[in-house]
Amino acid sequence: MIKNISNLGDAALYCDFGSEVNKEINSKVIRYFKSIQKENIDGINNLTPSYNKLIISFDLRKKNFQTIKKLIENLNITNDDELETNRIKIPVCCDENFSLDIKRLEEKLQITRDKIYEKFFGKEFFCYMTGFIAGMPFLGDLENELQAKRLETPRVKVPKGSVGLTEQFANIYTFESPGGWNIIGNTPQVIFDSTNENNPNLINPGDVVTFEQITKEQYYNINE
Amino acid sequence: MNKNYFEIKRAGINTTFQDQGRGNLYHIGIPFSGAMDNRNFQISNKLVGNEVNFPIIEFAYQGPLLKYFGENINFAITGDVKFIIRKKNNTFEGKCYQSFTLENGDELDIISTNKSVYGYLAVSGEFDVNYQWSSCSVNTKANIGANNGKKIEDGQKIYILNINKNLSDKKLNYINTKIENIRVIQGTNFDYFSNEGKKIFFEKEFVISKLSDRMGMRLEGPKIENIVDTNIKSEGLLKGVIQVPADGNPIIMLSDHGTIGGYPKIGVVISADYDKLVQLTPGSKIKFKKVELADAETLFKLYDLETQNLISQI
Repeated sequence: MIKNISNLGDAALYCDFGSEVNKEINSKVIRYFKSIQKENIDGINNLTPSYNKLIISFDLRKKNFQTIKKLIENLNITNDDELETNRIKIPVCCDENFSLDIKRLEEKLQITRDKIYEKFFGKEFFCYMTGFIAGMPFLGDLENELQAKRLETPRVKVPKGSVGLTEQFANIYTFESPGGWNIIGNTPQVIFDSTNENNPNLINPGDVVTFEQITKEQYYNINE
Repeated sequence: MNKNYFEIKRAGINTTFQDQGRGNLYHIGIPFSGAMDNRNFQISNKLVGNEVNFPIIEFAYQGPLLKYFGENINFAITGDVKFIIRKKNNTFEGKCYQSFTLENGDELDIISTNKSVYGYLAVSGEFDVNYQWSSCSVNTKANIGANNGKKIEDGQKIYILNINKNLSDKKLNYINTKIENIRVIQGTNFDYFSNEGKKIFFEKEFVISKLSDRMGMRLEGPKIENIVDTNIKSEGLLKGVIQVPADGNPIIMLSDHGTIGGYPKIGVVISADYDKLVQLTPGSKIKFKKVELADAETLFKLYDLETQNLISQI
């Protein structure tokens, strides 16, 4: 299922599953990721699944590229139906203080904000990967009519909890961070909790997420 | 109960608790972190009789000024650092790679690193820090690790537990050497760049920009031309990966890097050169030299052997 394995530097395997971004390829990546994780192979010190790649880092004191490559090539991979999928609802408030780019988005997409919300809320999105900053989920796919490019000049500070759109994806800023996604709202939900070491991420690769619109009152009530 | 602590009279620029870092969390979005210069981190611990992976204080450029209260304790500083010890009747300059004893009321003034970025302070005891995922390493971006995931601040107190009763003097003859040639393995998107761009990457000098920190090192120099696409589908990053965004200026990922990135990867710094790379100050000139995987593996074995050898001499 891996199309090609090469080295990324001297301490990582770069597993290429293809060039497209779709659920089918990504599910293969996640299946490999979970299977390798379960094996607990001595010397492997990190796994990074993404849309269509899996990077396997190892401790060069213990293992090298050839030994890890052989291990991966001979690994038993779990079947589709063994993949665990959680369904998660995320409340989002689109009050004007939160929907920082809705006006820009109306112009870019040439549709009204009501239409944007209609096409966004209640739809199921698939979590392709998490990362960049801790816990940030990359969710897809947005309908064609909602696909817009990044901001030309990224924001220096995107507020924590911001929900953004770019191309076919939605994401949630788990921390205040620089970023260029088109922000349409904000969630009061805790998406990343570093004190929960066993399960710090609310949303994990393979999960299905739906967004629900809430009022400003509901937003602040959840926070209390 | 005896309380032993440092009072921080000046925190310094970027002073954090670090150890070996935390693995197996890239998929969640959490990088390794940990001491930037692994060799100097381990040596500092050994000089005070600790296990090599004990928490230490890492500082960059200007270090902290600490006043010590408690029973006698040894400390050691590694790197290339100017520091002063102020005792009741005596003030003198300390030396790196050597242990010194602090008594109640003494001050340790870590003035600055000399032509290098990071220095390490270890003490013959355990800093009273909290751990997350088995590491105290501070990641200020996600507020993970000791000190609530924040830099050490002016006025705070740092407590020390389990001071070693055996305060024997330790010393190592070692001088940090500098490198100008950074050895790299070709990256997975090497062919995104024009022949001219590839030539520039391996032949021309680059200057380290001021916009460098624990997350990444930005370089300035001749632009590296991309002929395929200035973006890739976002995928995992590692420390040492060299990305080239649309502006043509390379960025090297360092220990606190974002775990996912969407710029083409032109190369990866070999593991053997990482400790020395991070010590290069803004304004330094560097050149990249291409090596093959097998050579990189051998070079790391040699480097690691040298580190183990230095540690065993203490």
